[in-house]
Amino acid sequence: MIPFIFVVLVIVATVWLGIYTTRQKGSTADFFVAGRSVSVFWNASAISGEYLSAASFMGIAALVMKNGYDALWYPVGYAAGYLFLLLFIAGPLRRFGAYTIPDFAEGRFNSPAFRKIAVSFVLFIGFFYTMPQMKGAGVTMSAILGWPYFLGILIVGSVITFNVAVGGMKGITVVQAFQYWVKVFAISAPIFVLMAVFGGYTQPINKALTEPKGIPSLQDGPVKIKGKAAAPNNALNFPASTPMLMTFDTDVKFTKIGAARVAKEGEKFSDVFQYVLLVDSQCGSSKPLTELSATERLHFTKGQVIMVRPLAGMIKGDDGSVKPGNVGVKFEFDEPGTVHFSNANVGPTPSPNAPANGKWVAPFGPLTSKHGFPLLYTYSLIIALVCGTAGLPHILVRFYTNPDGKSAKRTTLWVMVMLGAFYVFTPIWGSLGREIIPGLYASNLTDVVVIKLPTMLQNKLLGEILSGVTSAGAFAAFMSTFSGLLVSMSGAFAHDIYGRILKPGASPETRLVAFKVAAVLVGAVSMGLGLLIESFDIAMMVGWAFAIGAASYFPLLLLGSWWRGLTATGAAVGMLGGGLTSLAAIVTSMLLDKKVLDFPVTPLVRSLIEQPAIWGVPLSILLMVGVSLATKKQVPDDIDTKMLRLHAPEALGVSKDYIEG
Amino acid sequence: MENEADLSGALAESAKAHMTTKDVRELTKRLMLRQVKLSLAVTSVFVVILLGLPLLNVFAKDAMATNIGGISLTWWILGVLFYPLTWALSQWFVHGSEKIEADIVREEIGR
Repeated sequence: MIPFIFVVLVIVATVWLGIYTTRQKGSTADFFVAGRSVSVFWNASAISGEYLSAASFMGIAALVMKNGYDALWYPVGYAAGYLFLLLFIAGPLRRFGAYTIPDFAEGRFNSPAFRKIAVSFVLFIGFFYTMPQMKGAGVTMSAILGWPYFLGILIVGSVITFNVAVGGMKGITVVQAFQYWVKVFAISAPIFVLMAVFGGYTQPINKALTEPKGIPSLQDGPVKIKGKAAAPNNALNFPASTPMLMTFDTDVKFTKIGAARVAKEGEKFSDVFQYVLLVDSQCGSSKPLTELSATERLHFTKGQVIMVRPLAGMIKGDDGSVKPGNVGVKFEFDEPGTVHFSNANVGPTPSPNAPANGKWVAPFGPLTSKHGFPLLYTYSLIIALVCGTAGLPHILVRFYTNPDGKSAKRTTLWVMVMLGAFYVFTPIWGSLGREIIPGLYASNLTDVVVIKLPTMLQNKLLGEILSGVTSAGAFAAFMSTFSGLLVSMSGAFAHDIYGRILKPGASPETRLVAFKVAAVLVGAVSMGLGLLIESFDIAMMVGWAFAIGAASYFPLLLLGSWWRGLTATGAAVGMLGGGLTSLAAIVTSMLLDKKVLDFPVTPLVRSLIEQPAIWGVPLSILLMVGVSLATKKQVPDDIDTKMLRLHAPEALGVSKDYIEG
Repeated sequence: MENEADLSGALAESAKAHMTTKDVRELTKRLMLRQVKLSLAVTSVFVVILLGLPLLNVFAKDAMATNIGGISLTWWILGVLFYPLTWALSQWFVHGSEKIEADIVREEIGR
């Protein structure tokens, strides 16, 4: 109940602030870009507030808990992306003085046709980025209150849609700034209390460094496992080190039983799964069976207990030699079920699905080395995150709310300080979560670690209050990011599609009405999409948006600001070529994960389609350069004036906003 | 700073009127060249660190795993020190960029 009160407080504050600030609103420019008059501090708070989404607030802690060191690249990449924005894009983009990225696309190349392509990418990336926010809202409400998944989505979605439709950009600037401070408080204050009780940041890491073979041990208790609709999150990977006892609290059917990992070159695992049925509910007595082998679907009924031995095989050691050894067993659940485990030998129960200490704490762990090309995977991930940040439309539109190019740069500097101050705390949550609630590994619920960790305190009241604080922070995260996305998508409809393509002569008033209608429609579609994606990972979906942004908008803005030879055709071919192939690659990879598609791919190809940025970004840039050189005639006649306008300090007096407001 | 902006604004009015296409091109080139040099300098420092860290993790594995106060060296770098580094680099860029712009304004007004 207490977390619910905190969530209600943050929602009420959001609505109130939104209404309060819109009272003083004025022109159309106010509505779309807050009159370009937001101060550096507030704009930096608002940009940071908008940027720190469900993926940042819940997802990074979850990824660090699940994958350890490799996941530290996520917050670093999210923050480092801003450095590239600052170095190459922030100043020129503001100085060009348009409302939206499609305005830039049209104005820079004198090409109305190119605007249409740019608009479609705003909507594309926007909807991809909206879905994980919706999922975050749904799972948080079901984690703290047991509400059904759709209810959290409906509440967050309606509140924000209302705010955006009423207040536009100005209404949400103050709200997002406020939400930054809510989030930074929610991620930092509770963790100090938790560290004081459970031990500091260094404790889980030091333990992982000193006992590389250890696995966090699980307190006995039932664990809910998801069904195959949630694949690959329906898996239970047992450790290789010890036999385990598994008790079935519900009837359970497995779709697949096999080795916990893919065999490396030279390795060979037994394909015979061996288990001993210790208690059989049907016979009503303890009846140890001799070893029974099966590789097909297996049913177990409520009350049965089995002992599971690791699979025997030839295992490659760290020194490269192949010796006889064991590999853990992996179960994939057909329908959701409940089980509990204990160690069949004397000793603590190693948590299923948890990577061993040494793998978790060292570079090139489970995340990057899953397909066998850890360095390639790491580099591709870095490129996606760094270039993707600079290609997110809802973030880019914020730079237009600065009064001038100079303040756009100063704002970015402040954003980096604010983001760093937030991100430095996120891995602490993941590390403590590994130590304190390893049960989340088994149930594949690491996404809610920031919500659940405080409830592990002995003092239940304090635990509820702190969980309330993090729940409020999580809600601030969904709401601020969703409102930013909604503004940029509704802006694309009202300003670009309605005001420029459908009805070029529309008056400011009718465009305002169009914006409000678009906000309600886009809000409704987003909620609908949110309901469809319950089984997808938050971080994974954000990854799609980043990879598409990295291979489409980032090259457009980089080359468009710095290379006078870029033509509309070149930019369009590059955006479509890079963006769509990256999208196709990621969707293929996801469908392979879900086993909807099933065809053999080499590990190298698998790595490259899961993290396409390493080829997608260069492909997009090469296409842009190549096609532009072939269509040189299209370079606008006034290109020098345009380039000067992009780069000249305002004091020179040559600047002129593309759209005067 | 404020005065300088006012002054240059007034002078720019007259300068703009006399600017030819050639002048515009020359000014644009000079401006962009200086800015891009600074951007590339900051970028190269950052890229060396960003792409160098994974290489160190491969080739200096043991050194990077050194336990310093309970946390490995490489975790310290990626989990903590990277943020102040990005702050320092952006500070360098913002200051440098503002200086370039002030210089350009002075040169243009002085002509």
